[in-house]
Amino acid sequence: MSTPLSGPESVTRTPGREPAGSPPPRPRASRSRDDAPITLTGIAGKVLLLGLTAGIAVWAAFPLVAAEMWTGLALLAASTAGLFYLYLTRRHIPAKYLVPGTLFLIAFQVFPVLYTASTAFTNFGDGHRGSKDEAIVAIGSSSVTQVPGSTEYALSIATRGDPATGPLLFLVTDPATRAVSVGDAKGLRPLDAADVTIATGGKVTAADGYNVLTFGQANARSKEITDLVVPTAGGAVRSSGLSRAYEGKAVRAYDAGCDCIRDTETGQTWTADEQAGAFVAADGERLAQGWKVNVGLKNFTRVLTDENISGPFLGTLVWNFAFAIGSTGGTFLLGMLIALVLHSPRMRGTNFYRVLLVLPYAMPSFAMLLAWRDMFNADFGLINSLFGLNVDWFGQEWTARFAVILVQLWLGYPYMFLVATGALQAIPRELTEATSVDGASPWQSFRAVTLPLLLVALSPLLISSFAFNFNNFNAIYLTTEGAPFPADNPTNGATDLLITYTYRLAFGGQGAQFGFAAAISLFIFAIVAVVSAISFRRTRKQEEVYA
Amino acid sequence: MRIRTAGVVALFALALAASGCGGDSDKPAAKETPKAAGGKLVIWADDKRTAAVKPFAEKFGQENGVTVEVQAVSKDLQTNFVTASQQGSGPDVVVGAHDWIGNLVQNGAIDPVQLAAEQKSAFNETAVKAVTFNGQVYGVPYAQENLALIRNTELAPEAPKTIEDLVAAGKKLKAAKKVTETLCLQVGQNGDAYHIYPLYTSAGGYLFGTGANGDYDPKDLGVGKPESVEAFKKIGALGEKGEGVLKRSISDTNSISTFTSKKCAYLVSGPWAVADVKKANISYDISAIPGFAGGKEAQPFVGVQAFYVAAKGKNKALAQEFVANYTTTPELAVALYNAEPRPPALTAALDQVKGSDPDLAKFQEAGKNGQVLPAIPAMAAIWDPFGKAEAAVIGGADPTSTITTAGKTISGQIK
Repeated sequence: MSTPLSGPESVTRTPGREPAGSPPPRPRASRSRDDAPITLTGIAGKVLLLGLTAGIAVWAAFPLVAAEMWTGLALLAASTAGLFYLYLTRRHIPAKYLVPGTLFLIAFQVFPVLYTASTAFTNFGDGHRGSKDEAIVAIGSSSVTQVPGSTEYALSIATRGDPATGPLLFLVTDPATRAVSVGDAKGLRPLDAADVTIATGGKVTAADGYNVLTFGQANARSKEITDLVVPTAGGAVRSSGLSRAYEGKAVRAYDAGCDCIRDTETGQTWTADEQAGAFVAADGERLAQGWKVNVGLKNFTRVLTDENISGPFLGTLVWNFAFAIGSTGGTFLLGMLIALVLHSPRMRGTNFYRVLLVLPYAMPSFAMLLAWRDMFNADFGLINSLFGLNVDWFGQEWTARFAVILVQLWLGYPYMFLVATGALQAIPRELTEATSVDGASPWQSFRAVTLPLLLVALSPLLISSFAFNFNNFNAIYLTTEGAPFPADNPTNGATDLLITYTYRLAFGGQGAQFGFAAAISLFIFAIVAVVSAISFRRTRKQEEVYA
Repeated sequence: MRIRTAGVVALFALALAASGCGGDSDKPAAKETPKAAGGKLVIWADDKRTAAVKPFAEKFGQENGVTVEVQAVSKDLQTNFVTASQQGSGPDVVVGAHDWIGNLVQNGAIDPVQLAAEQKSAFNETAVKAVTFNGQVYGVPYAQENLALIRNTELAPEAPKTIEDLVAAGKKLKAAKKVTETLCLQVGQNGDAYHIYPLYTSAGGYLFGTGANGDYDPKDLGVGKPESVEAFKKIGALGEKGEGVLKRSISDTNSISTFTSKKCAYLVSGPWAVADVKKANISYDISAIPGFAGGKEAQPFVGVQAFYVAAKGKNKALAQEFVANYTTTPELAVALYNAEPRPPALTAALDQVKGSDPDLAKFQEAGKNGQVLPAIPAMAAIWDPFGKAEAAVIGGADPTSTITTAGKTISGQIK
């Protein structure tokens, strides 16, 4: 669900290219388990895989220990121990087959869905990415301003004692007087000019009793240096890099007493609003740096109550279904037709044609989508100039819709052709021969025998192709981008699918709104799940009839 | 039975050995990052910039005994940077456009850069203004760019003074079958706010008013105001149902190529188009984008590329040193210019390359009255609705209702 939302980087996905997946091998029930022979390759494979598991577990443990995430560590230890137990015991044979698949299912399906669902209840997005503490730090550090008319010092970083551990000090030189002072958290103290050596730029290169650090040594203590402020009367001396210091003042600071940010110059305050995850002033002005909070059902109610969203929703949904059915049905019909033609024993040079027909499938779909977009250009496009037309393809509702489905047809039919060819070859010729013996016309035999048997094999693929096309972000985003848009509504275009429409809503405004996007994608997920569930149920009935 | 036990024992031994190996090889890797002598300064830039920054970054590293690594992030640099720095795996320095600043600041991803007064004065004034946000300087600019009018001097020897002059000259060429298009100004199916902006300002429109401190004020939205409707009436008159000068079929993918294949005499584009124009052996000249007769000046957006210090970088002190005290040198600006010819923001560097490249001065002249591209996060809400309104009006829609709706959509998206 997150891939299409992540935008054009998901372009490499192609309609219906998902592997069909092979059924998991069944445990051999016929053989008693004590008879299972122990082979050397078997043991070697087991050792290798379990060793790998242990290795991965150890590798994953270090960051968990470093981050002190003990529940995560316990979970890791428990699951690793469980895996070892499972594959070292001779019992639980079905589990041996099921566990790897289940683990991958949890990691790549269940977890992302749960994560999306949990994000949908937050305001996670631009301006609300981190914690409140991070926001406070960001507000503080972005409010540090230079004290007007203050001195710009040349700076050297020094320690007393060991460069790696000794207490840090700033050696600052006033460029006008070349007077050197030493500063730490207590304040500035002048140094005797006789004790220090100063380079031409004003930087102190050596000082009695102090270790002047090189950039490398200093950078090893980067955090301490940027955190060190030397208090002065007007503010504090801070480092700007490793060779300059300035007298600056953090104008805004957090006040725990009122749970607010206070501007020391104007006296204005912004109080923390835990519902919105932002510091808000009395007049409603917000500070840009907010934090992530739970907003409950707000994202969901916004989808349902915001007129801009719910207004065009129905129309978009209808077109979305039309697009998915049109793309899937069109490619299936065309692909099957070609497969049938090439399946005929009277056809010559079938291999040549097959290679030719699969070509569109072999080209990267995103490049093809962009090429098609240019071909539909009203003034410079190939299609208009080739056919002598003057159609503003992407400028009118129906031509734009026709154009995107046409592109999908071209991109998608080779896949359907391939799978239909495979399925046709699996249908015994005796069946069709038998119908012709019984006097059926070729059409009757196709209707009564070939098509139903084809559908039994292809229905799951058609359903997955439908689900894919339902959310086919690239097909729209790389061609029309949803155009044409009605003049009075720039947010919802005639070719917009739900996914492109919501992408624009969630990421088009003031930066990314992941929480809102997640809420919408849950709605889309529900729609696709319902459609798929109904279709699968119908397929099963069909299989019962023809199997 | 015996075989089974032996197998299990062997398994345990080997598995433990394997895990032991895994552990050993991991420990140094985990330790390396924070403890390597002096740390490693990591810089993120796009592909082109990476090549230019690399030698200078390495020189900085050698001079100061630290390791510097420049990593190319070819796609979605801004988003990747924000996400990575939130997770704590981001770089120490990032190179990017100045209109990112608003978003980077609201995500707490960058820190202000404290420049001394003399450092600031070495830069072009507009460039410093561009990287200033809420009164703070957030990046060190190195290049700036703006749109200009590039014309084919064989077809159009004179620089047009007004849009009307341009249209008249273009139509004459079109009637004489020398060109097929009057003007190559990219619009595209969904509009292009950046490229139409000079005409919009000339016709009297504005995006955001400016507050007392000179910053853009998101509360004063100009789209949807009567001035903007008037401006779009003038733009619509040039559109498909009017003069046919502005067309949706001219888009980002074909406007430069139409110009280089001599199908139009005038191109509205930036310094990035010059390389293609030179390659096509077209004799060209660059001038300011003309405004409407009797209207205001046509003001292009001025964009600035800058170096930023990541707020959550692990080597912030070193990053500040690099950005504030090293990228301010003219040598680096000249090298970046050589990698991609955009006018340097450092006055000294611009003077140095001006002599060998007359186009630079012309682009700068064309952008002299330009407006700094707003960096406030609210600007993100402008692009899409504004562009679509533009496309609709050029396609013949009613300017009044179109622009009013666009204004409503935009103000609805601004928090």
